[in-house]
Amino acid sequence: MAEQTITFTIDGVEVKGKAGQTIMQAADEAGVYIPRLCAFKDLTPHGSCRVCVVLVNGRPQASCTQPATEGMVVESETEEIQKHRRNIIDMLFVEGNHFCMFCEKSGNCELQAQAYRLGICAPKYPYQFPVRDLDASHPDIFIDHNRCILCGRCVQASRDLDGKTVFEFVNRGTEKKIAVNAEAKLADTDIDISDKACDVCPVGAIIKKHIGFATPVGRRLYDTEPIGSDIEKKN
Amino acid sequence: MSKSLEQVIKDICEECGKDRARLMDVVNAVQKEFGAVSSQAMDLIAKELDIHRVEVESVVSFYAFLSPETKGEVVIRLCNDIVDKMRGVDSVAKAFEQELGIGMGETTADGKITLEYTPCIGMCDQAPAALINDMVFTYLSSDKAREIVKELKKHNDPKKIFARSGDGNNAHALVRSMVHNGVRKKGPVIFAQREENGGLKKALSMSPVEVIHEVKNARLRGRGGAGFPTGMKWEFTRAADGDKKYVICNADEGEPGTFKDRVILTEQYELLFEGMTIGGYAIGSDEGILYLRAEYAYLYPFLQEMLKQRREKGLLGKDISGKTGINFDIRIQLGAGAYICGEETSLISSCEGLRGDPKTRPPFPAQKGYSGSPTTVNNVETFCCVARIIEKGAAWFTEIGSQGSPGTKLLSVSGDCASPGVYELPFGVTVKDLLQEVGAEDVRAVLVGGPSGQFIGPEMFDKTICYDDIPTGGAVVVFGRDRDILKTASEYMEFFVEESCGYCTPCRVGNVLMKQRLDDIIAGKGEPADLDYLQELGETTKLGSRCGLGQTSPNPILSTIKNFRPDYEKLFKENEEGMNPTFDIKSALSDGEGIAGRKSVIYTE
Amino acid sequence: MDKPKIATASLAGCFGCHMSLLDIDERILKLVELVDFDKSPINDIKEFTGQCLVGLIEGGCCNEENVRVLRDFRKHCDILISVGDCAITGGIPAMRNGIPLEECMNEAYLSGPTVYNPNKIIPNDKEIPLILNKVFPCHEVVKIDYYLPGCPPSADTLWEALVALLNNKPLDLPYELIKYD
Repeated sequence: MAEQTITFTIDGVEVKGKAGQTIMQAADEAGVYIPRLCAFKDLTPHGSCRVCVVLVNGRPQASCTQPATEGMVVESETEEIQKHRRNIIDMLFVEGNHFCMFCEKSGNCELQAQAYRLGICAPKYPYQFPVRDLDASHPDIFIDHNRCILCGRCVQASRDLDGKTVFEFVNRGTEKKIAVNAEAKLADTDIDISDKACDVCPVGAIIKKHIGFATPVGRRLYDTEPIGSDIEKKN
Repeated sequence: MSKSLEQVIKDICEECGKDRARLMDVVNAVQKEFGAVSSQAMDLIAKELDIHRVEVESVVSFYAFLSPETKGEVVIRLCNDIVDKMRGVDSVAKAFEQELGIGMGETTADGKITLEYTPCIGMCDQAPAALINDMVFTYLSSDKAREIVKELKKHNDPKKIFARSGDGNNAHALVRSMVHNGVRKKGPVIFAQREENGGLKKALSMSPVEVIHEVKNARLRGRGGAGFPTGMKWEFTRAADGDKKYVICNADEGEPGTFKDRVILTEQYELLFEGMTIGGYAIGSDEGILYLRAEYAYLYPFLQEMLKQRREKGLLGKDISGKTGINFDIRIQLGAGAYICGEETSLISSCEGLRGDPKTRPPFPAQKGYSGSPTTVNNVETFCCVARIIEKGAAWFTEIGSQGSPGTKLLSVSGDCASPGVYELPFGVTVKDLLQEVGAEDVRAVLVGGPSGQFIGPEMFDKTICYDDIPTGGAVVVFGRDRDILKTASEYMEFFVEESCGYCTPCRVGNVLMKQRLDDIIAGKGEPADLDYLQELGETTKLGSRCGLGQTSPNPILSTIKNFRPDYEKLFKENEEGMNPTFDIKSALSDGEGIAGRKSVIYTE
Repeated sequence: MDKPKIATASLAGCFGCHMSLLDIDERILKLVELVDFDKSPINDIKEFTGQCLVGLIEGGCCNEENVRVLRDFRKHCDILISVGDCAITGGIPAMRNGIPLEECMNEAYLSGPTVYNPNKIIPNDKEIPLILNKVFPCHEVVKIDYYLPGCPPSADTLWEALVALLNNKPLDLPYELIKYD
């Protein structure tokens, strides 16, 4: 059966996609970048960060989970949506403890990169300064909960790609966090440095030891070009 | 000696068919047996069900009634809803604390009694109320609290403190509850005289498609709050691909101020089961689940028995009413204390033995719901309406109520009024008439639809309760002249902060930030610009949130900004230009002054 | 006509942002042509001599003196700018914010692994400003007009910002100059 082509618009630009694709998938292929944090290739869209929310015929929908349909009118980088996007990024910054100045992930961090792309110089909300743990028990990997944005990538990657279920969410609301499949620490799990789960963290919450600050400033992923530039270059 | 933890868990898991999807039943049973789902228990459950330990922990840590730490043999859960506060729960709390010698959230040294707060338990019309284990204690006072503790200290058995049964089936041997139904007004749909199973009989004489048509013609919309057209939902579910389909009844009545489903479950359960059975017939399902909130666990044995009786009468099970090939049965799934599970996809997650996280939509439950099969989830009252619609016909139903909202609505009325309770009124009733009916005078505000609805003031009392004007899932809370509306709004925000599942950013963080700024304003640290700040924050939270919780949780603040703006404005003081009023140097210095043992010489006053 | 005046201060910071300002290299000659410096550690003027156009604040507020200085800046500066991550987020000093103050003091002066303090004295003199319960980002204490993030913000960032403001232009940093590290 031939794949059915569908046509819709994002911010007035015509996009052609295939039936069954999400808005984000179709947009990516068409070279239109929609900002995102939890979405990750090879993983089922989680729809939790809400950075990729767009207006579809006037209604808010997460573009990572919403199927593209014929003739839909999508608004993404409008002033209104960008404002909400900045607010959501601001929320993530004040919710945790993000000390970019000494974070190994800085320059390659997707949260930071989204903030750069959106031109955020300071969050507008008061910092919450939560008290959170750090688990450095494992010889090769550590978890810094201060930086976790609860995107769920590690949960999924460990379960669906590594076949292990090292991570899962526990608690709810403001107390929600990532837990490991052991009574206490990461060292007691069967996680391995080669697991996909160690590679998917968008921020510096799951970090491989011994290789910090490997890339010099200026040559890191988002030093000179905004996140999403690779997609936009297709255009 | 009693059986070992290992053996008990093995038995419980076996009883649940070692089915991972029954994890809620497993952990509920373990919690009941041991007062905790301990770390060791999590390991054992994981082993028995062949899942990962962290998956068990994930579920246990989600629900308020489950805990890894051992609670007392008796757990007193005192409801701290606003209405309970209006009715003096603070003095009741103090009495419990003094008498037990512990604070809220603590357990007595002998490990016998735990005292904690819990949000609305559906008893607002008989507040203050508490759950002591599964038993409900209503109309509490500080004296009663002291008496209860004295009794518990003697035998530690709440059942022995039973005073007097409530009315109706509350006196049934399997309920034996002190709860009162408080039905103040009976209407023509839910509380009317009717032919037993008349709707079901008639439905079985029609084709399923005809049944759905009748429901559509009646223009029935969901009674839980969202108001989705029921017939359409059933049509989608019926049309969806799948051999197995499910009917789920949402009896997770958690919206603060709502208690009408409790009364249906106690008195009109037959109508409910009838409606569910009709639903099963209409969509082509042979399995129904009644998701019962843990707060109503006292009704569980009774409802189980009533289901059994229906089975015996041939109204459930195989070949219903003798109609060959028409099978339908209902099981009850108990919740474990989570408001979010009233959201239909969270409820499905919970039924599947998962955290009560909402699911990604699409696919909608009608396409892929419980265990991936097409599922319809409807409110208790909605099913009752269906049974009556089929019995009496769509034309009869549409005669009642208003043009856009046919039928009646059960309203749970509480707060500052002479006659709190359940009222069945036709849609289209004005707020003013309702207030008169319930004996509310000198009203400052009415919260229609619970905290996820809106606060309205007297200038809006001519508005009508219906889907097109002021919609409600049933909660109506009345606030008299002297009530502090902003403090109330803050309390409701606290509720949402506590009950957010934390899955998506705007709801998890937005509610916290909104409450924080509102509290600053209440503390006199606000400025006019805060209203724009709150408005925008509320809009981001609503627009960005993944499910109905976050899409409505800013309402206590947004609706008071809209309808009670002067309440905010009168709290704003003249601030020194350029200074941030939320910064309070005195409190910022409190620890430093204490440690140094001297007072600031810069900030002396 | 008098040149516009600017003032700078380092609160709970490391002076790195001030170093970055000096990193504008030869452009500093141009800067001196454009502005006069009022209160600043660069010229060691201790108190304001008059109203300034721009105030640059490095560091957050960790003690009462920081608050006093910051409020003084707000009163004397038409445009107040938070410079660097410490001013904007509290920065490294704010890592103590999750730890009770008493514990911090003990760790710093008594029990820390590198502490040499045979007399077990925690400095406490009326000349020492009282410490705050937590480190506050500047905008949580006073209104801030602009933010220049970075640890430190690059010399180019500072230069671009000052030139724009002195020329009455909106401050709109290009992508390369918004950095949090």
